[in-house]
Amino acid sequence: MVMNSSQIYSPWVMEDIHAKADLGRYRIRGFSSFQKVTHFDDLTFLSTGLTRIPLEGYKEKCSTQVVIGEGNAKNPLVLETPIYITGMSYGALSRNAKIALGKGASEVGTATCTGDGGMLMAEREASEKLIYQILPSRYGVNPHHIMMADCIEICVGQGAKPGTGGMLMGVKVLDHIAEMRDLPTGIDQRSPTRHPDWLGPDDLPIKIEQLREATDWRVPVTVKLGACRVKDDVKLAAKAGADAIVIDSMLAGTGASSEILLDHSGIPTVPAIVLAREALREIGMYGKVALIASGGIRSGVDVAKALALGADAVAIGIAALIALNCNRDIPEANFEEEVGVPAGMCHHCQTGKCPVGIATQDTELMKRLDPDEAGARVANFLNAMTMELALITRSLGKSDVHSLEPEDMAALTIEASAMARIPLVGTDKVFGFD
Amino acid sequence: MADINARDMTIREINSRVKELVKEGQEVRILDPQARHNLVIGVLQDCKITVDGSVGYLCASLLDGPDVTINGNAGWALGENMMSGRITLTRNAGASVGATLRGGELFVGGDAGARAGISMKGGDLIIRGNSGFLTGYMMQKGRIIICGDVGDAVGDSMYEGEIYVAGEIGSLGSDAKEETPSEDELLRVWETLESFGITERFQFKKVVSAKKLYHFDALERFEKRVV
Repeated sequence: MVMNSSQIYSPWVMEDIHAKADLGRYRIRGFSSFQKVTHFDDLTFLSTGLTRIPLEGYKEKCSTQVVIGEGNAKNPLVLETPIYITGMSYGALSRNAKIALGKGASEVGTATCTGDGGMLMAEREASEKLIYQILPSRYGVNPHHIMMADCIEICVGQGAKPGTGGMLMGVKVLDHIAEMRDLPTGIDQRSPTRHPDWLGPDDLPIKIEQLREATDWRVPVTVKLGACRVKDDVKLAAKAGADAIVIDSMLAGTGASSEILLDHSGIPTVPAIVLAREALREIGMYGKVALIASGGIRSGVDVAKALALGADAVAIGIAALIALNCNRDIPEANFEEEVGVPAGMCHHCQTGKCPVGIATQDTELMKRLDPDEAGARVANFLNAMTMELALITRSLGKSDVHSLEPEDMAALTIEASAMARIPLVGTDKVFGFD
Repeated sequence: MADINARDMTIREINSRVKELVKEGQEVRILDPQARHNLVIGVLQDCKITVDGSVGYLCASLLDGPDVTINGNAGWALGENMMSGRITLTRNAGASVGATLRGGELFVGGDAGARAGISMKGGDLIIRGNSGFLTGYMMQKGRIIICGDVGDAVGDSMYEGEIYVAGEIGSLGSDAKEETPSEDELLRVWETLESFGITERFQFKKVVSAKKLYHFDALERFEKRVV
């Protein structure tokens, strides 16, 4: 046998062992999972023919609006498209990136989210609708900022690293970030994973009530879960009184995580949505508590499939960063020299050396990202996704994106059939079910 | 002083009334709180509020400015994320008292449960009696002053801040170490105690971060350290 032909000890496995033998610790990287798992590409839409009449793809009205928190909040969160920007911290991202995301989201009438590390005032000013995240670390949490939020999200777990807290390497914990987070400058920040003031499902309703009381029941309160034991977690979050549940799959991104958690924890987006939908149905809460899916959503057709499976809205992270310019070979950048890999293969967010000025606190690198131009690209991308979503919806003969349903799709693989609970193409069989 | 008899009121009604009254500049007293959760939340101005009776979880939290006195016991997370102000609890506190406190003073007249001062980011937490397991866990800034004993794993994974213990220490947490406080530090601690009517000159031990967990020991190519 020739070395490197091994399927178990492949060249990248050997490289990984060599690296750990040198480092003496687990490896850390950004981006999202490198695992190949069942995803939206394994599903296809069954558009209209003689059995159903399509709507005109470019003309007829197709509603994309979603409202979160109508039952409890005086001011529910109204999104003109069911796609918003997920929580990514100021610290992991540059100031220019946060401003650009806010501008882009505002342009299309949707929201962005603070992430860990507190509220950057420039992001608040750039964002028409801003979700304020409450994480276990509570870095920068300020009741005055809570009052300024349009929605509050209690983050129990992240899909990229469920069961652990955030991570921000010291190269990004410069004075301004350290001050916001009340940390010593330059430390490798490893955030708490348990909330400091509540622990389990019995306490969560009290925490939700506290945030409602603090805001005079003005804004919605949502709960974000890393997709692991989805059914039980979703039931508990719904019972606790959340207005919406964000289910963040193993395909979700991060600025820094241990590699093993990125690739070896959580479940993919497709079964996460299905299990969450079933959980809500079983307790009679489907349609009453909004379901938001995140993790690996790259296009309007991914959004359409997520909605058809049962989500009310989606949140995007990595795709929004790519719209900003992540992994784009811009003239000012030299990826090979600066991060050791070509554009298109960079996952080095944790180094703070982002060649395109997104995942950095380096003021020189940050100049490579113009917040106005980048914000326009994000707005274009969100518009394109929304158009794709509406196009698919009309092709199925429907005038509201929330009318999409599992019956509109077929599975291209046995695994997708089993995970999505829909028939395999060419059969009437849902695999895994009688 | 305006009295609010909480017996037949909802939490929503009590908190709304408190905010209305303090906006009018009135001193408020809540009677018969029945140990309910989430009383006195998100009050963001200087004012004086007294609660006559025990309270539940997360009370007097997300505050900035008020002077709150609770004549009784408190459940979990009293004073959570207070920015400034003063909370005086006459009896015992449950777990996570002063969680993620960012400023002000929080005084516990009796004992405190586990995780007192967890993730504290500033301010002073003063405990007249004993304090439980994981006191000062992941503390970032501020002072915790314990006049009695403290349980196991004190100061576990703390970044900065100071924990003063007059009695016995069950055990130190990961990356915590014991130091002898300076005279100036002791004087400041005694001054703080005096402001709560405690004149006894306790001889405190001081627990701080050993700072050995600040960084990963090794870096990969293209990773770098700034300090």
